[in-house]
Amino acid sequence: MQQIPLEQALGLSALLFAIGAFGVVIRRNAIILFMCIELMLNAVNLAFVAFSPRSGVQGQVFVFFVIAVAAAEAAVGLAIIISVFRHKESVDIKNFSLLRW
Amino acid sequence: MLLLQEAAVHATSAAAGQAGESFAAFAPWLILALPLLGFVLNGLLSITAARRALPALPPVGDPHWDAHHEPSEQEHHAHGDDAHPAAHADDHGAHGHDAHGHGPKPATHTLPSFIAPGVLIAAFAVAVVNFLRMLAAHPETAWVHEYWSWMPVNDPTGALRVGAAIQLDQLSMLMTLVITGVGSLIHVFSVGYMKEDPGYPRYMAYLNLFVFFMLTLVLGASYPLMFVGWEGVGLCSYLLIGFWFKERANADAGKKAFIVNRIGDFGFLIAMFLLFANLGTLNFAEVMERAPAQMAFGGAVVTAVCLFFFLGAAGKSAQIPLYVWLPDAMAGPTPVSALIHAATMVTAGVYLVARSATLFTMAPVASLVVALVGTATAIFAASIGLKQWDIKKILAYSTVSQLGFMFAAVGMGAYVAGVFHLMTHAFFKACLFLGSGAVIHAMHEALHHTHSDMDAQDVRNMGGLRRYLPVTFWTMGIATLAIAGVPPFAGFFSKDEITGAAWDGAHGQLPLAAGLAKVGIDGTLWFGLIWGALSIAAFMTAFYMGRMMIYTFFGQNRTGEEERKHLHEGSWTLTLPLVVLALASTFGGFLNVEREVPIVRWFDFGQGEALHRWLHPVLAGADQVAEANGIAGAAVEPSAVPIAVAILLGLGGLALAWTMLSRRALRTAAEEPAYANGVERVLYHKYYVDELYDRVVVRTVGWLSRLQAGFDRYVVDGLVDFGGKMSEWLGVALGRFQTGQVNTYAFAILIGVTLVLYAFVHT
Repeated sequence: MQQIPLEQALGLSALLFAIGAFGVVIRRNAIILFMCIELMLNAVNLAFVAFSPRSGVQGQVFVFFVIAVAAAEAAVGLAIIISVFRHKESVDIKNFSLLRW
Repeated sequence: MLLLQEAAVHATSAAAGQAGESFAAFAPWLILALPLLGFVLNGLLSITAARRALPALPPVGDPHWDAHHEPSEQEHHAHGDDAHPAAHADDHGAHGHDAHGHGPKPATHTLPSFIAPGVLIAAFAVAVVNFLRMLAAHPETAWVHEYWSWMPVNDPTGALRVGAAIQLDQLSMLMTLVITGVGSLIHVFSVGYMKEDPGYPRYMAYLNLFVFFMLTLVLGASYPLMFVGWEGVGLCSYLLIGFWFKERANADAGKKAFIVNRIGDFGFLIAMFLLFANLGTLNFAEVMERAPAQMAFGGAVVTAVCLFFFLGAAGKSAQIPLYVWLPDAMAGPTPVSALIHAATMVTAGVYLVARSATLFTMAPVASLVVALVGTATAIFAASIGLKQWDIKKILAYSTVSQLGFMFAAVGMGAYVAGVFHLMTHAFFKACLFLGSGAVIHAMHEALHHTHSDMDAQDVRNMGGLRRYLPVTFWTMGIATLAIAGVPPFAGFFSKDEITGAAWDGAHGQLPLAAGLAKVGIDGTLWFGLIWGALSIAAFMTAFYMGRMMIYTFFGQNRTGEEERKHLHEGSWTLTLPLVVLALASTFGGFLNVEREVPIVRWFDFGQGEALHRWLHPVLAGADQVAEANGIAGAAVEPSAVPIAVAILLGLGGLALAWTMLSRRALRTAAEEPAYANGVERVLYHKYYVDELYDRVVVRTVGWLSRLQAGFDRYVVDGLVDFGGKMSEWLGVALGRFQTGQVNTYAFAILIGVTLVLYAFVHT
């Protein structure tokens, strides 16, 4: 069975991470921001999986942790977004700048 | 007092045969404890009175306080405020005489009349018992008893042992008798003088406390204990000068006395440090024992110690350049001036020098400085006294001048003469001050009746008072003859012993002259100068005292028709002390008649030179030093010249005052100008010394203080404020980065993570 070369897997992972990071920096919609964060987490997962043939099963175990944490984060984050939306009728994070000097 | 002196003369001779009998002191701690008890009791009464008075009365010590609404107090300002009599004029108009209450006084204002003089008289009695025992035994060594250890310090380089110890020897005994004896009389006088004052219990408490500290000063067996008394009397002096502290001038005078004395205390402390560093002890007995062995004769150390001690003495005893506080101290009640600022406290410096006679004998240069400063003070203050109009100011400058005489004496090594003059001065100056108090009392009462705003202390406003105050006139007259040096009154003998010593010195017959020769100074010229200056000062003394008496008691009465009717002598509490002190001023001089000296020896009715023999054990150490260094005085050739000159000058001064003033029509203060020409102007303004000190010292210190205050405000505070301001600006600047925008934070995190990773990769 032919393996995907490590370089390509890591390249894809880096690309996905960069897209996610870029999105977090430039987008204003809270939902999309969330999706970008998920994208970054999954880029990391991909990197873990790509390494696993060489360094054993620990990476794959980490992936489960990441998925669990991501699920928890999504649950809490979405709840916050919904409650903010109820107040402001908006999910634009420009309107969420309460904690400023 | 008089009986005691006579007893001293006789008993000393009687005891001479059986010397060596052991001396057992009789509870000398009682002498200290009794005035302290009086202070505590009177202090409690004072607090009680102040508390009770709180709703109805203003604070105690208010000279303007009006008895109008308080029937339990009688009229209070018959004489209270003698420093600023004119100030009364304002509040007299507000009420009639009938407004004064005449009910019984509360216990807080009657009990002190018994407690305060009572404890003093009891202390005097204890002192007399001890004196008689000492007279019988005539111990050669001091009686020292340590009651408890006060300052034990164990240190490898030397242990400091200062005990709460009493030293009873002939010198401290004499001082104790003077303090408790004259003190008792002045306490009795105070009862008559101050009992109407709203602050009466407080006054008596301070007075008792003063006596306690003064006795601590003379009875303490070590320099630190003496210093405790030294500071304590300074405190009481401050409290009593500013007794009527509602008047700003009085409070300022108190502060001036306190601050000027601090300069002197600095000298006292440095001298103690030097002594301890060099001898390892501060107890009198040990210091006098070790000093000759461990310090070089005429050396730098002993000279420095003596000069620093003299700085302390100059502060306390009002010598040049620190005399300025004493004339201002007259702002206090007149009995205070008599007790503290004439008879006892101001002589503490003389006591200090006499107590340290061994040290001063070892330091001829320092001794000469003491003598010269004393002489300069004597003539300087006497000349100021020539042109003062305030009766108390005349006496104040007279006191400064007489203290100068005492320092001239102890400086020249004539310790007995100095102590003798201290004692006679305590008699006649206390008599003069109390007499002036009686005069002011009478003047105040008379002026009070007519609401006159004349100055009750200005001698120009008096005149002819001898018809109205005969007892005061005769007693003050006797004291004036005594201070002028007219034989056979007390001042004649003591002052002539001083001028006689200077005369001997000018002929090279004093131990100090030999001592100065040993360190390469020809002292005879200096002693000649001292003799001349003291003679002139004595002449001036006679003149200004004569002038004061003529202005006060002779000529036409100048108080005014209406006031004249109210001039009368005070109660027996005012006159009795005057009479006793006048008797002491008359006969006190016979205590030390020098049998060798011409003229003086005519008055030798008893054994003669009793004080010399009495004080001999105290001064034995000084004599030993003189002998060991071969400077014990040559046989003194008594001369009639200085005595004759002194008598002529004393009588001449009085005669000059009489011829100048008795025929002239004297005028009141309103008509008579304070000064007529340039010389009088300078004398009236006291050589502008206060102004000079104000310009040079007070303003410099004020300027430096403002500079320091500015440094503190702008530099020290500025640095602290700068720290705070920096944090604030930093907060404002960095706060800009906290936008609340999630994107921005994410971007910052991204950059940060990138940088951290970059750093990891490259190391």
